[in-house]
Amino acid sequence: MKIGNFLEGKNIQVSERDESDFLTALKQGDRQAFARLVDETSTQIYRTARQILGDEQDAEDVLQETYMKALKALPTFEGRSSLSTWLHRIAVNEALMLIRKRKTPMVSVDDTQPFDSEEESTGMEIVDFCCLPENELLTSESRKFMDDAIQRLPENLKTVFVLRDLEGMSIQETSEVMQITENNVKTRLLRARLRLRQELAEYYAEKVEKEKSK
Amino acid sequence: MSEHVHTEKCNTLLGDLSDYIDGNLQAEICAQIEEHMKTCDNCRVVVNTLRKTVELYEHCNDNVELSGDVKERLFAKLDLKDYLPSPNITDANK
Repeated sequence: MKIGNFLEGKNIQVSERDESDFLTALKQGDRQAFARLVDETSTQIYRTARQILGDEQDAEDVLQETYMKALKALPTFEGRSSLSTWLHRIAVNEALMLIRKRKTPMVSVDDTQPFDSEEESTGMEIVDFCCLPENELLTSESRKFMDDAIQRLPENLKTVFVLRDLEGMSIQETSEVMQITENNVKTRLLRARLRLRQELAEYYAEKVEKEKSK
Repeated sequence: MSEHVHTEKCNTLLGDLSDYIDGNLQAEICAQIEEHMKTCDNCRVVVNTLRKTVELYEHCNDNVELSGDVKERLFAKLDLKDYLPSPNITDANK
């Protein structure tokens, strides 16, 4: 069995007894157990913060703050969600707080409706960029464009997209981290994906034309 | 490059697209989407490029890694330097 219930996504096989002992050790302040938790989860937490914030230094600050807060709160951790989900919740809250502190207004969208703008529901660029070869799709320039496109998403869409599609969380886990309903997760996810698809369609349009004329 | 102006039918199906590409949609609704795509080329392109968008981002995320320096500073901040795994041990466990 994986630490699974507590450290979902980590490829480590342990027995239920080990899992229970590990959590007890963490809650009792065992430094070695905490170091193991940090070692096994910090890449995911850093990646999430980096994708939400778009900045390495800010991501490192959030990473450190997340584990400082986790260390203080572990004795009262109730295990209602996995440790990984719990750590992600702390990190997402820290990242969003940092964005507020930047004094740039947070942009969010109404997620009660799947489509609330003319732009999203009516006009869509129809560029079949699936036909492009992989080496054309994933150049360093296009990777940079894709990174920047994430940063152009409103915060509430971006966070759901990062957790679900980049970190591979389930809809349920994403809803637990964000503390919103699963339906809201699905709505935000679709809108984020459609916006990114639209950006990529515009970006690849020229390359598709060139490919067609070959 | 053309622009797709959706009909009411397209918009209804669009709401289910995420579940469709994730394979989490009821068979009956999947069949409706697939039937619609047979006659609506634009929707077919939107579905395929939406799926491709998600795939491309999955590849992209492989790039973001936690460097040894960041990890070292994290362990130092948490007063866990004595427990910092050596790079060799970490690699061996991967």
